Amino acid sequence: MNAFPSTSRQPAALFDRTLLRGAVRDAVIKLNPAAQWRNPVMFTVWLCAALISVLWLQALAGQGEAPAGFIGANAAWLWFTVLFANFAEALAEGRSKAQAASLRSLQSRGNARKLRAGDDTGWDSVDLTTLRVGDRVRVEAGDLVPCDGEVIEGAASVDESAITGESAPVIREAGGDFSSVTGGTRVLSDCIVVRCTVNPGDSFLDRMIAMVEGARRRRTPNEIALTLLLVSLTLAFLMATATLLPFSLFAVEAGGQGSAVTVTALVALLVCLIPTTIGGLLSAIGVAGMSRMLAANVIATSGRAVEAAGDVDVLLLDKTGTITLGNRQAAAFLPAPGVSERELADAAQLASLADETPEGRSIVVLAKQQFALRERQLLSHDATFVPFTAQTRMSGVNWAGRQIRKGAAEAVRRHVEALGGGFSPELQRIVDDAARRGSTPLVVADGAQVLGVVELKDIVKGGIRERFGELRRMGIRTVMITGDNRLTAAAIAAEAGVDDVLAEATPEAKLALIRRYQAEGRMVAMTGDGTNDAPALAQADVAVAMNSGTQAAKEAGNMVDLDSNPTKLIEVVEIGKQMLMTRGALTTFSLSNDVAKYFAILPAAFAATYPQLGALNVMQLASGESAILSAVIFNALIIVALIPLALRGVRYRPLGAAALLRRNGLVYGLGGLLLPFAGIKLIDLALTALHLA
Amino acid sequence: MTTQMWMLLATFVLAVWLIAVPLGRVLALLVERAPQPLAGVERRLLRACGVSGAEQDWRGYAGALLLFNLAGALFLYALQQLQPVLPLNPQHFAAPTWDSALNTAVSFVTNTNWQGYAGETTMSHLTQMLGLTVQNFLSAATGIAVAFALMRGFARSAAAGIGNFWVDVVRITLWLLLPLSVLLALAFAAQGVIQNLSPDLTVALLEPLHTDAGVVGSQTLAMGPVASQEAIKMLGTNGGGFMNANSAHPFENPTAWTNVLQMLAIFAIPAGLCMAFGRVVGDRRQGWALLAAMTVLFVAAVAVILTQEQAGNPHFAALGVDQAASALQAGGNMEGKEVRFGIAASALFAAVTTAASCGAVNAMHASLMPLSGGVALLLMQLGEVVFGGVGSGLYGMLLFALLAVFVAGLMTGRTPEYLGKKISPAEMKPVVIAILVTPLLVLLGTAIAVGSEAGRAGLLNAGAAGFTEVLYAFSSAANNNGSAFAGLSANTPFYNCALALAMALGRFAVIVPVLALAGTLAGRIRATRAATDSVSAALPTHGPMFVVLLVLTVLLVGALTYLPALALGPLVEHINLIR
Amino acid sequence: MNARLSVCLSTLRPALSVFVLLTLITGLAYPLAVTGLARLLWPEAAAGSLAPSHRGAGASVLIGQSFSDPGRFWSRPSVTAPVPYNGVASGGSNLGANAPALREAVAARVAALRAADPDNALPVPVDLVTASASGLDPDISLAAAHYQAGRIARVRGMDRRAVDALIDAHARLPWLGFIGEPRVNVVLLNRALDGVR
Repeated sequence: MNAFPSTSRQPAALFDRTLLRGAVRDAVIKLNPAAQWRNPVMFTVWLCAALISVLWLQALAGQGEAPAGFIGANAAWLWFTVLFANFAEALAEGRSKAQAASLRSLQSRGNARKLRAGDDTGWDSVDLTTLRVGDRVRVEAGDLVPCDGEVIEGAASVDESAITGESAPVIREAGGDFSSVTGGTRVLSDCIVVRCTVNPGDSFLDRMIAMVEGARRRRTPNEIALTLLLVSLTLAFLMATATLLPFSLFAVEAGGQGSAVTVTALVALLVCLIPTTIGGLLSAIGVAGMSRMLAANVIATSGRAVEAAGDVDVLLLDKTGTITLGNRQAAAFLPAPGVSERELADAAQLASLADETPEGRSIVVLAKQQFALRERQLLSHDATFVPFTAQTRMSGVNWAGRQIRKGAAEAVRRHVEALGGGFSPELQRIVDDAARRGSTPLVVADGAQVLGVVELKDIVKGGIRERFGELRRMGIRTVMITGDNRLTAAAIAAEAGVDDVLAEATPEAKLALIRRYQAEGRMVAMTGDGTNDAPALAQADVAVAMNSGTQAAKEAGNMVDLDSNPTKLIEVVEIGKQMLMTRGALTTFSLSNDVAKYFAILPAAFAATYPQLGALNVMQLASGESAILSAVIFNALIIVALIPLALRGVRYRPLGAAALLRRNGLVYGLGGLLLPFAGIKLIDLALTALHLA
Repeated sequence: MTTQMWMLLATFVLAVWLIAVPLGRVLALLVERAPQPLAGVERRLLRACGVSGAEQDWRGYAGALLLFNLAGALFLYALQQLQPVLPLNPQHFAAPTWDSALNTAVSFVTNTNWQGYAGETTMSHLTQMLGLTVQNFLSAATGIAVAFALMRGFARSAAAGIGNFWVDVVRITLWLLLPLSVLLALAFAAQGVIQNLSPDLTVALLEPLHTDAGVVGSQTLAMGPVASQEAIKMLGTNGGGFMNANSAHPFENPTAWTNVLQMLAIFAIPAGLCMAFGRVVGDRRQGWALLAAMTVLFVAAVAVILTQEQAGNPHFAALGVDQAASALQAGGNMEGKEVRFGIAASALFAAVTTAASCGAVNAMHASLMPLSGGVALLLMQLGEVVFGGVGSGLYGMLLFALLAVFVAGLMTGRTPEYLGKKISPAEMKPVVIAILVTPLLVLLGTAIAVGSEAGRAGLLNAGAAGFTEVLYAFSSAANNNGSAFAGLSANTPFYNCALALAMALGRFAVIVPVLALAGTLAGRIRATRAATDSVSAALPTHGPMFVVLLVLTVLLVGALTYLPALALGPLVEHINLIR
Repeated sequence: MNARLSVCLSTLRPALSVFVLLTLITGLAYPLAVTGLARLLWPEAAAGSLAPSHRGAGASVLIGQSFSDPGRFWSRPSVTAPVPYNGVASGGSNLGANAPALREAVAARVAALRAADPDNALPVPVDLVTASASGLDPDISLAAAHYQAGRIARVRGMDRRAVDALIDAHARLPWLGFIGEPRVNVVLLNRALDGVR
């Protein structure tokens, strides 16, 4: 699935020992009701645990409504339920914090050379935390860049491996698309002047750390909507269980037999019914989603953006670098009439031997592949290479009396006509056909004789077609954006298998396209790196800026890809989807669980008033007390059992919505319905065997 | 179940569908405009009433609706209190007590038509016509208007308004309810439903009756304009009978044919609204999906009730009573049923009337077998969404559809959306409020009633059956059904007030959030999916899978909330009966 | 203040005028029109389906009556108050399936039927011992009628077959076998029985 693997900042193994220890400690600290208040479902459990603990104390004093051991065991397991949920959250946060710590170690500390205002040479050494937007700093070889900013003077090679994991240094220079530098990277050579574009604490690194640590993790819209649902379910179940007390008092009075249901049983029923599984794991899922994003080397500026990634309907992809390899490559030799393909290939190879451009290399390689023509060492044979110039717009070689030239059709035509030759109509047709296919025809001539055409094509990246097929199965439209003319664009689009194409794209056209999709209610994602991408990035719902891109692009986007890999968008979409799927799956699971819990607890709770309800005890649980306790224990343990799922996320498969739902509905809905019957029965057997209840 | 039952059920369901299709066309048309020749009349009438007809936002719409219903309630209360001095009161009935009048006013305005009184001995002809019949129309029109507003919310894109309440209520009353009612009333009258303004009629008995008080030689029969009220009682899923025995009374429901007509009339508009919804949102399959989900739940409920009632009462079998179905008798549990309806038509009616929030009865629900009564209860507790009330059934089902799509949509890895509208917290809030209101009212109301002296005073049956009476009363009131386990003596200040509160909140505390939802939805951009998208990224909401999903959501929410209460009532009763 | 008042009035006016308009149409015009049409088209039905009788005002064929003469067909039990088949107090027993009172009532009705016809050991058709929903049910099932035929023949000194034939003559069967139930109108049947004598 992961065609473009990224290696750095993988989250720690799920159950790293130190992380576990920290999480256990944090779980206990989070018992503080002030911390619980944020999560209404678990706060309800907390209150229930407190209430049962009081009842237990009362029972110890001999005033209990049930045996003290039974109440005490219930109280203990309710506290465990809260602790387990805390533990899940703490574990997720711990893993993120470990990632954040590795990031923080990059943060530059110490002093910076701040240029004095209105003075281009004088500088003061200041603490870099005092730098503000607009301040200019001088960064010399060996220095860490003190802030995110823009190079306004000079050029330097910069080691960005700390951020991107890419070891080769990159050139950053004033002006153009390579002017942005990131705080924490190291200048290797030369000296540049950088203008700070963010205040300390607002840099990408800072934002990333804040996001990861959860300090600024706000609830996403989906999370809020889900929380609303969970709270209302909790209220409904509170109502259903609380009213059972008057109902049972009435039953006792009307029937003249038995005793009312115990508060312990009702509270146990309540905690089992309310969606504790999803309630306890909800924030862990969110934190883990951010963490996965970071592991993919993408910094999201908000959880909202991550979530929106799951909703993307349309992907806008730049042709160059994303869909095609960066450069055109020789694809075929098309000889002129009377010339063999081999002759043409041989001449073309000779003409390209000294050509170090990617196109030139590709001609040499193609000739070698098709006709096993070896590269010849021509230097010893007294050959003269003719380099490409803007005037001739041709390159070639003079060797052994031959004058071999290759170049654009017009340039070569002028060249041969000057020598008394010319283009035959057949050749002209070959040239035109190639152009119509979206290729670039390169004409090869030997003296006045035209040998034929080398067809240069945009080469679509391997596997990209399959990738787009996957996206289509996910229901996502792909749109290729290119500056090429329509003809060329359409040809490449057909080969790459994109759904739509925007040719001759201008920044305005891109913006208009995004707006048009959005007006249809679609969510648009795009990647970009140039300053002219900034308006479109700002308009897109999910906008991934390349870390190698300009500062303007990065500011406009809501995510930054540290690897500067344009196809990363696909991974981003998957991570967003996984997060939503995990929430949905656990909600379904949580609700389905309730059926079995009713069958366990209802007959037990009403055994005294209505022994006939024993007919509901389909699991044949040993006793009322063991039935209630088993349900409570199952309810607590299932949280622990699902922590790995919450942290890893439900596996995403590129299927349509209907197929995904069928699959997840069966696994988590039907599974959630059946599993507790087995689980509660097993716990009941264990409790009975151990004489605990 | 006998062949006769299957035939009846299958014919009935088919007939409902056949009616729903053309009716849905008419309803969809009414959402947008009045039918052509009538549009001019409508415009003139509205102008005379000072209505501009401009689009209202949801607050304006809700305000108008509440004001209109308040006016209706006050008028109906006053009319009852003044009936002794008003004309058309041939039996010289006194005014009902304040609490009974309040209960009745709220009951008819909220489309519940719970009746704490006996119609033939309480209400004058004028009160029946000018008060009760009017609210039969207007409460139905109100419910349909809300459904219209919500449909517009789904269909519109980035719009501020959801329609105009005054226009909707006039249009629905005059061009939908009134013509259908006239036709139906005449059909009823042809079959023997009475329609007159006479005082009670005394007729001689064939055989004088010997009682402890002496010999009685004559029989007094209640009279009145029954057919006209009966028609709108069914069409508007109101259910409030002219007579105490409601549709079991031979003057309200004299033949097997009127019975079939009544059942069809109950389901006609709720089913038609589903079809209209599909048309309005531009995808008729969406309407069929809702109708299919309703049908599935309905048929399952009918199957239980039919089987239970036909099996009969084991206690009777022990006494040497023949309950087997044969060519000569319906058999089964005939307590509280009429011979002309037998088991099949009574059981079907019981399911129809509780599935829809009608509440008319042609058999006494208190005397149903415990499980049948439990199913009738559950049908109400599901929120009256299995066809449901006119309008309220559709908007209730749409709330569940949103809920189903929300949880299921998450599982497909996208922000859930229904009909191209994303479900964000702003949509979720009204949905959960509207869904929470009724369980809250039912459970709290029942708890207060069984926990108080005043509440326990009215019980007829003992133990679990008594509990069921109270649970049924609050389920019926809060869900605006109106049928009763009539053993409960509910014409007391406690029940009159408590149930009035449950009815009012169960109606308007749902309508207001639904209108808020309509307003929010209307303002959203509606995603239009191109036909070229071979795979739908969003969960499809028209196929069998969605139907199953919707059915499960309705069942899960209803069952999980009410299972404990149902276990202590009907379930205990059932186990007592079979052991 | 004045402005607010005018806003109030501008919302109140449609509320009141629409309400009055619809009340007059649906509460007066509609029921009166239906009354007029019904009286015109189906005068007997609209007035209560009264059958002419040799003793003054005829009974309604839709409303049942109570019979206790062993020589007549007995109707279904009615629990209307204070007398059975009270035409202004319709209603059923509302007793639950488990109610002891229901069991006792059915047992008493079975016993009464058996006492009136000691030779008949057949199981009693259920509709004959259970209270109807309205308390005014005019019908009994054909099974209930035939169950009583032997008793009536004996008391009246008629041929059993003549009684059965009379029942069959008045029997009403379901349309297409599934709309309606096999039944017979007790008032009409008893009147026919009286006519035979």
